[in-house]
Amino acid sequence: MINAVEDIETDGPGVQETYFRYLTEGRFVIQCCAACSNYVFYPRAYCPHCGSAQLEWVEPSGKGLIYSYSIVHRKPESGGDYNVVLVDLEEGVRCMSRVEGVASHELDIDMPVQAYIEQTDSGPIVLMKRRQDDQ
Amino acid sequence: MISLRDLRGSVAIVGVGQAGCGEAKGRTEMEILAQASHKAVADAGLRMSDIDGLATASSSSAMWPLSVVEYLGLNPRFVDSTMIGGSSFVSHTMPAMLALASGQCDAVLVCYGSTQRTAVMNRGEIKRARRQLEPHPFEEVYEPLQPLTSYALAARRYMHQYGATRRHLAEVAVAARKWAQLNPEAFRRDPLTIDDVLNARMVSDPLSVLDSCLVTDGAAAFVMVRADRAKDLPQKPAYVLGSATATWNKQISAMPDLTVTAARDSGKRAFEMAGITPANVDVAELYDAFTINTLLFLEDLGFCKKGEAAAFVENGGIAPGGHLPVNTNGGGLSCVHPGMYGAFIMIEAVRQLRGQCGERQIEDAQIALVHGNGGSLSSQATAVLGTQATL
Repeated sequence: MINAVEDIETDGPGVQETYFRYLTEGRFVIQCCAACSNYVFYPRAYCPHCGSAQLEWVEPSGKGLIYSYSIVHRKPESGGDYNVVLVDLEEGVRCMSRVEGVASHELDIDMPVQAYIEQTDSGPIVLMKRRQDDQ
Repeated sequence: MISLRDLRGSVAIVGVGQAGCGEAKGRTEMEILAQASHKAVADAGLRMSDIDGLATASSSSAMWPLSVVEYLGLNPRFVDSTMIGGSSFVSHTMPAMLALASGQCDAVLVCYGSTQRTAVMNRGEIKRARRQLEPHPFEEVYEPLQPLTSYALAARRYMHQYGATRRHLAEVAVAARKWAQLNPEAFRRDPLTIDDVLNARMVSDPLSVLDSCLVTDGAAAFVMVRADRAKDLPQKPAYVLGSATATWNKQISAMPDLTVTAARDSGKRAFEMAGITPANVDVAELYDAFTINTLLFLEDLGFCKKGEAAAFVENGGIAPGGHLPVNTNGGGLSCVHPGMYGAFIMIEAVRQLRGQCGERQIEDAQIALVHGNGGSLSSQATAVLGTQATL
């Protein structure tokens, strides 16, 4: 006997395109698996934890903690230094991002951050800003 | 069913060759790959027509083994081109062993070449092309320097979690340079101090330019045959006692714990197959794309406990005269690093077991540990090599 494979929707936009459509609408979404209850990011066609296709779009709180960070050094004429961070969202998934509005020397591991979306010329991007602990 | 323990020592590396290391201006990568391959085959006392198995990989060509087959005039019965980054050529030892053990083929050539330092297409152009071919939309929008920023993120987390400092990272770079100074083939041999590394140009904090591997040209090749044939060939065979590969993720944002690599898995399985422990290792060649690698691999392979590598490398712990000889050719940091470095550490290990390493020779080296890394800490391949006495 072979096991049945759950079919994923083949009409309309795929998973990745759907994600970016949400972002364009100003909504940051991740996936939650209806079968195993794990959250998933980046978006997948099948749950990497249990293999289910029952991944549902959910809006996370956007609250997270910096897991690690690096300051990329760049010449001032090219735009100057910028940071690259890994953020653990409170739903338990990790994503890469950039923290805006914080000086390089203020960045720290475990700093609370809040996700927000910025619409840019090259498309929407999920960025982070500093969050006070009680927010 | 054949077990991995049955394969232990069933195959040996009998020929090695390098070409175009440092700068190979005006040469193509295939030309220096061919030169290294012919050297390796000659070193083995064989002819190119004896080669009936091929393992190779390229980071730019989609059908690279076909080009190598054509260029060298091979008709292989075994072809492997598993491409998992710089660790590929360490990883290739297992499929090569299986092909040799089954009689699918009789002599495998593992080879690589790159002219990334002097090639007309510069690395920036290659990166842009690669971004088109293989987009990473959940990372690249944040402009991490790849692969440097990924390793910097691991280094920052490691420092935070275990109290290591940039000085400990610098110890790794200085130890590599001290070994390079004993190796006439190494690219960078000028003196290097801890302060030099600490004061070097920062690229992706906490990693400076001197925490990062070289950008050189270079080609490397080695030949593997079954043990029964190895003993009749001219060079002292380096037997493959263990080999294992592990990968858990590709992008750094998908790595579960940035302080624990899949080397913990590959190392455990390679040591089990070889029937030895880290305490039995005489010399270790650990893929040091960045200084943080060496700390992580010393821990994940079991040379010390998690969080203790900083103390392990302090005061020249892995430099000449330290308690464990690590990266005796000078490493990717000071010897050679042409994009993918895995084949070069295999060669250094073989040379140590043969006793051909001159000033940097480890006395009575019987067991060498080779550990390859690929991607952004994302693929890990471990091989244990030994002399006849270890069989």
